[in-house]
Amino acid sequence: MTIEWGWLTTHTDDLLALTLDHLATAVPAVLLGLLIALPLAVVAHRVRPLRGLLLGISNIMFTVPSLALFVLLLPITGLTRTTAIAGLTVYTLVVLLRNTVEGLDSVPAKVREASLAMGRGSLGTLVKVEFPLALPVIMAGVRVASVMTISLVSVASYIGYGGIGQLFTDGFQRSFPTPVLAGVVLTLLLALAADAVLVVVQWLCTPWIRKGARA
Amino acid sequence: MIRFESVTKRFANGTTAVDDLSVEFLEGGITVLVGSSGCGKTTTLRMINRLVDPTSGTVSLGGRDVRELPAAQLRRGIGYVIQQAGLFPHRTVLDNIATVPTLLGWGRRKARARAAELLEVVGLAAESGKRYPHQLSGGQQQRVGVARALAADPPVLLMDEPFGAVDPVVRTLLQDELIRLQAELRKTIVFVTHDIDEAVRLGDRIAIFRTGGHMVQIAPPAELLARPADDFVAGFLGAERGLKLLSLISLQDVPYEPIAAVRTTDTAAQARAEATGRWLLAVSPDGKPAGWLDVHALDGSDSIGQAALTPVRGLTDADSLLSALNETVSSPTGMAVRVDAAGVLVGASRDDVVHAHQRSLA
Amino acid sequence: MDLLSKLVAWLTSAGQWAGSEGIAQRLFEHVEYSLLSTLVAALIALPIGLFIGHTGRGAFLAINLSGFGRALPTVGIVTLVFLVSGLSMTPVYISLVALAIPSIVTNTYAGMAAVEADTKDAARGMGMTGLQSLWRVEVPLAAPLIMTGLRLATVQVIATATIAAYVSFGGLGRYIFDGLAQRDLTQVMGGAVLVAALAVAVDLILAGIHRVLFRHRLT
Repeated sequence: MTIEWGWLTTHTDDLLALTLDHLATAVPAVLLGLLIALPLAVVAHRVRPLRGLLLGISNIMFTVPSLALFVLLLPITGLTRTTAIAGLTVYTLVVLLRNTVEGLDSVPAKVREASLAMGRGSLGTLVKVEFPLALPVIMAGVRVASVMTISLVSVASYIGYGGIGQLFTDGFQRSFPTPVLAGVVLTLLLALAADAVLVVVQWLCTPWIRKGARA
Repeated sequence: MIRFESVTKRFANGTTAVDDLSVEFLEGGITVLVGSSGCGKTTTLRMINRLVDPTSGTVSLGGRDVRELPAAQLRRGIGYVIQQAGLFPHRTVLDNIATVPTLLGWGRRKARARAAELLEVVGLAAESGKRYPHQLSGGQQQRVGVARALAADPPVLLMDEPFGAVDPVVRTLLQDELIRLQAELRKTIVFVTHDIDEAVRLGDRIAIFRTGGHMVQIAPPAELLARPADDFVAGFLGAERGLKLLSLISLQDVPYEPIAAVRTTDTAAQARAEATGRWLLAVSPDGKPAGWLDVHALDGSDSIGQAALTPVRGLTDADSLLSALNETVSSPTGMAVRVDAAGVLVGASRDDVVHAHQRSLA
Repeated sequence: MDLLSKLVAWLTSAGQWAGSEGIAQRLFEHVEYSLLSTLVAALIALPIGLFIGHTGRGAFLAINLSGFGRALPTVGIVTLVFLVSGLSMTPVYISLVALAIPSIVTNTYAGMAAVEADTKDAARGMGMTGLQSLWRVEVPLAAPLIMTGLRLATVQVIATATIAAYVSFGGLGRYIFDGLAQRDLTQVMGGAVLVAALAVAVDLILAGIHRVLFRHRLT
């Protein structure tokens, strides 16, 4: 395989534009997934009979091939970025939902009860106690979901919103490996960067974990 | 103050946790609920702050049905301490203590000031306020739990096996602290434990529960130990019921007489001159009992300070008849050494005097 | 509604299922690709997971590398390998194996890491060698999580094996790509439904095996 380095230098602007386009699809997809997963997870956590159902549905949605899902969404949302975002959101749910439920499960019953016993309401306890304590597990899910989404965005190039994935179709049609390799590397770097950002965010949000054990 | 009227709690799985309970817990005292696991003592406690609602009957607090208030509002007025404290791991110690004041809308500054004040009340250093719970020892965490419950100065404190997870030495320390705090604060405390010694130590009244949710007997500890209602209660109180009873009787009415003593700074010759038998009590220069001196083991003219002393424990009037009996058995002279509140020697009670006092009570 | 009835008609027409282009054949191919890829991935990933789980060495590297693997864009890998090595099943297998490895490694490692130190201590204390402790204590205890990793990987591979059709091979992906080319939405949907159904069915079978194998466990 020969890499044409010249192509890279003449296309830096394109690469940057595609990367931004990639993020414009991936970031909203994960955020939307989180917005949907959090309340659903609370329901699944509190109402035992619904847990299996909700997790089961998200598992089945996960098995639908991504390309097919985009195509099936076309009649509803058309050839828009919304289609790409909606499709990717569906895939984030499987991870986000499972991790959020597990995170809420991991909150010690005693701590939750102490909060209620001190006169904090159910919602207050959820927001002030349960979510913060579940945060490490939820964030682990957000990290996996983000990495997964960033790698999946390229499938949406079929409907024109694949970001970096555009390079794969391009290279495939022209039998030109350079942009394909650039695309793979770029996707990996983007996933890595996103993961690093999330690690820092989590670190900032959980000061109690940073402090060592008893001094 | 806290009143149960024909209260029954049946859980969804069919078990009866509390069966037709009618009882009143007195204001300003510690009522200890005790029994083996599954006897309904914790459920009883949790019905007071409505973490559990009764299937039938009413629970009232200060004359008002607890169901009159919204649960959250009710709970803000009741302190709650549980095993391993149930502290919020993601909040600092100070924030943990300030929880209820904050919920009551005191404002951050005032709530934190109150929390800092309470750190001192429960015997924690001010620096620990900035720590997170996992940075403290088990005993310290438990103190934070008590401080958190006291933060809004509630008249009622519910304590569910609060000292169950700490080692025996720390537990005794925490019990002493609670007794000291209670002498000052006079809260109405309901305390759940399965440890009968803890119950006898802390309780103004003890309620014994039996599996199936029946309260078998409620009485002050001395009465309970002296007259258990049935074999179950007697069995629960244990084989050393008599000794436990003695632990409740103070030495206030046990007479003592002067006792000869030498100072640890005196010489061996002075000690030999003072001695009437083999053993002589030695006191430190400030008058506190230092130990029993074996006169026979003294050689030459070295000062007493160098001699090996058999340990002695000076007893105050507040100490128990049980500890006096223990001293008469363990001291080489059969004497229980008595001291004043400052620990200074005042005299000694002979074993026959201690025994006679004990018999006079029966 | 119209689409749904067309879909049902497509799925139930007898001619659709038979022959070398029929659903039965495509299903067989899809299972073949998926099974082979998962197997190869397991052969690579299990030893790695067991090693880092048992020794505790290289855990950080392995976990991050498998996270890296998760970030690999499958379409990109297939295209790249295809352009380099020419028309064969190699690009498909490489990308599917790469897809399956992370789940197996992380779950195997997690299962091994979850074995309590006290248990391993007891095994050592009774005179087991490191290898005996691994096979008789740690692996059996980690087995449920290892199995979960294999399940997850299998489902992911089945859902992604449609990629074979992208480089002109068979499998259920044929219907999706052909349907796209022919602007035949019914066919796309039929393919998607078949893939999802296959993934769910395989997952249920694996879940059943899991339940039978670990029925004596509490969790």
